[in-house]
Amino acid sequence: MRRLATLLAILLGVFRRRKRTEEPRRIVPAGTPSRGAENAVVALLVCAAMLAAAFTVVYAIDDLAHQTQLLGLALGLSFACLAAALIVLAKRLVVSEEIEEGYPDPEHPEEQEELEQVVRESGSRITRKRLLLAAGGAAGTAIGVAAVTPALSLGPILDTDPLYETPWRRGRRLVDTSGLPYRAEDVSPDTFYTAFPEGAEKDEIGSPVVVVRLDPSALRLPPERARWAPQGILAFSKVCTHAGCAIALYRKPLFPPTSPRPALVCPCHYSTFDPARGGEVIFGPAGRPLPQLPLEVDGSGELRAGGNYSGPVGPSWTGVRGEGPRS
Amino acid sequence: MRRAALTALAVLALASPAQAQPKEGIVRPADERGKSRLELGRELFAGNCVTCHGTAGQGMIGRERRLGSGKTEGLGPPLIGVGARAADFYLRTGRMPLGDPYDEPERRRPLFSEREIGALTAYVASLGDGPGIPHPSPEGGDLHEGLSLFTEHCAGCHQVVGRGGVVTGARVPPLEDSTPVQIAEAVRLGPYLMPRFSDKDISSRELDSIIAYVQRTQHPKDQGGWGIGNVGPIPEGMVAWFLAATSFVMLCLLLGQRVRG
Repeated sequence: MRRLATLLAILLGVFRRRKRTEEPRRIVPAGTPSRGAENAVVALLVCAAMLAAAFTVVYAIDDLAHQTQLLGLALGLSFACLAAALIVLAKRLVVSEEIEEGYPDPEHPEEQEELEQVVRESGSRITRKRLLLAAGGAAGTAIGVAAVTPALSLGPILDTDPLYETPWRRGRRLVDTSGLPYRAEDVSPDTFYTAFPEGAEKDEIGSPVVVVRLDPSALRLPPERARWAPQGILAFSKVCTHAGCAIALYRKPLFPPTSPRPALVCPCHYSTFDPARGGEVIFGPAGRPLPQLPLEVDGSGELRAGGNYSGPVGPSWTGVRGEGPRS
Repeated sequence: MRRAALTALAVLALASPAQAQPKEGIVRPADERGKSRLELGRELFAGNCVTCHGTAGQGMIGRERRLGSGKTEGLGPPLIGVGARAADFYLRTGRMPLGDPYDEPERRRPLFSEREIGALTAYVASLGDGPGIPHPSPEGGDLHEGLSLFTEHCAGCHQVVGRGGVVTGARVPPLEDSTPVQIAEAVRLGPYLMPRFSDKDISSRELDSIIAYVQRTQHPKDQGGWGIGNVGPIPEGMVAWFLAATSFVMLCLLLGQRVRG
């Protein structure tokens, strides 16, 4: 509303100033209109607007090759065009009057008025003010939209369903990087393993899990997960719930009485999760536990998933703050 | 057996003014030269290790921990059956003896001489059947495979070019000074908080490749001329920013001066 009022005032001002230009005495000599420069400014502003709009378009197309480079190029060139337009405007369309004396004392109102007149009249080369304003407005709007667009990457707010979709289903086997299934007896308590769902895309955020084996008597899992860790074998999403790095550190004490307890650690910001307590955060910036994958050991001793994770996989999004599965 | 106990007692009596190693130094028998390897090892063990590892290497866990020499509280794992591998690693990298059992054992200058390390290792190996010192052959390793295995199993903590770092609650040692034998020992032992990798997890051929890769990181080829510590993009970026930003500021100042003049 306020903007509309300002715009109206400017437009009214334009008409009023037009009448005033009939006034006799000028301080700044009337500049010759320069339609070429004006056209250049308009063209540059339109280019800036189009390039900023292109940023938004490129952002929207997900499977574009070199998307990042194109995004940078579009926004960068848009700013370059805007800068060029402003340079041409300042150099070629604004009449400049050099004042060699110091600023006059503010007590002389006539001089102040004269100064105001100088400012008004220095725009005398501009003949299509409204076109320029419109082009400037278009550039400003498009760049503004482009600047706000990346906020969409903060994640889905209304529709968070895709975040809960993972390749894990009940009965799906856990396989290693070369596709060989893990057997329960292969999982040593001394180290950690990375496993993937059999036959699924390994690159998907929900795919990789880190598998560790603890002494079953050391487990302090929530009661509803009592059957999730057969023989003390636990699986957690390998993607940190803070910023989405890979959980690549496993703290495994050789002599527990003098050492910190076993923990899964993310090397990016040292979020530390306690596997014995179902992936609870014991240190670091992560805001919610590591999602746990229920496990089962089948008749032939192979590890299989017992269902989907205990919560959404990956970094925490605006729409995902809770830890448990949705009801 | 009785003689051993007597010797141990005698050495303990000698040791009592100097209890907590290594602050007060190493306790040594009077005439090291005249003793056989095993004998020397036993006496050194009695003088320097029993506080935490127990008089017969049975370890100090729970209530037994006040049995340490003097009045020092000891707490440590049993050494029966750990073999020459563990003793060689911990002594040769200076990780043992440890002043406070709750400290993280870290690489230091070894406090025992070469002969003493050999003697202690032989004594610990004699406590029970255990693995011997490994003999890796990294010259037969595949560098490419080594890189991918190192990335998968080690780089999370040790950083991709083996410069070390931290894990919550402990420091991760850099691998710059590790010898092939020490790397092989550590992979199989899992010292302090490190996972332990059995032959099933990392075969000895794969281990050779990992060692070959670690050796390569100990002498990196700095193509750019300046390695900046080889610790990755953050310090490199910092250097770039500081240098680039400074030179841009200088350039601006120079340009400004020309306009003013």
